[in-house]
Amino acid sequence: MAQYEAGGVVADHDEEGYLTDITQWTRELGGVIAKAENINMTPEHWEVVDFLREYYEEYQIAPAIRILVKEMKKKFGPEKGDQKALYELFPYGPAKQACKIAGLPKPTGCI
Amino acid sequence: MAKKFLYINRKAPYGTIYALESLEVVLIGAAFEQDVSLAFIDDGVYQLTAGQDTAGAGMKNFSRTYKALGDFEINKLYVERESLEERGLTLDDLQQITWEDENEDYAEKPSIHLVGRAEMASLIASQDVVLSF
Amino acid sequence: MSTLHTVNKSPFERNALCTCFGHITAGDAVLMIEDGVIGARKGATTAAMVQAALQKGKVYALSSDLAARGIKPADVIDGIQLVDYGGFVDLVTQHGRTVSWL
Repeated sequence: MAQYEAGGVVADHDEEGYLTDITQWTRELGGVIAKAENINMTPEHWEVVDFLREYYEEYQIAPAIRILVKEMKKKFGPEKGDQKALYELFPYGPAKQACKIAGLPKPTGCI
Repeated sequence: MAKKFLYINRKAPYGTIYALESLEVVLIGAAFEQDVSLAFIDDGVYQLTAGQDTAGAGMKNFSRTYKALGDFEINKLYVERESLEERGLTLDDLQQITWEDENEDYAEKPSIHLVGRAEMASLIASQDVVLSF
Repeated sequence: MSTLHTVNKSPFERNALCTCFGHITAGDAVLMIEDGVIGARKGATTAAMVQAALQKGKVYALSSDLAARGIKPADVIDGIQLVDYGGFVDLVTQHGRTVSWL
């Protein structure tokens, strides 16, 4: 099985790149996953990733894209709670790609 | 035009996969923006009990996910009074689930509605599609 | 528009039949299939509940599932109508919605 490695943590991932054991996630590991996704993490990227982790912590699910947009808008305002802005940060689908970097399971929903 | 969908939940969580499967179908189905209601009958009322702790059982505690349903615009959770009473439960044994009404400055409103068996029967009779779990 | 309710569990194993009867409205039909047909047997302790339901609406049982379990038509509670798979399909089309009690 393929693995990510960062700061001495070695974590297995599935064929799509999602962590097998979500408790292994660290920020450094998130950075390594992002690199594998060809994403250069900025504070704006981390804002989304941190939001997803908080949402998962509270509800035990990753939000679908529609919910992510709505909740980001509520928390950070319309500029960041915007589908297009989120796609610019995570071109292969904000929910999917950001969830992967956040170490969460693939979200329920299509994109 | 939106159709009326009712998901009937009659199994306790964790013992079988029905409750979790139902919740996943509800969440995925929410993308279709239909008029969705959830019914909790028989042991299904146990899906909503407060204070579930699955750490010892080694399973994911998905009871917290019901609190996210409001984000998905699913805010009609009908719990059958007789089913609660038969099991020695009251509404106070269930977790509080709310939704935010965007039309009223995000006022928090309760999603859980207690209904009697006869009212539940009429609810079923008013649906376009009924899915059972 | 009335409802077709299907029940596929024995009333001795699950409360599906009992709960189903508690949620029918006027004009509804109940169809017993698979192990649900165990509730159709005369003399079973659950027969009174079925007879009460027959006062409110129609009750059907799938004949092939009865036969598979050795329940003869003569053993079936009076008032329950037997249907084959074609009859099952007719019942589905005659009602506005179908509810499965599992």
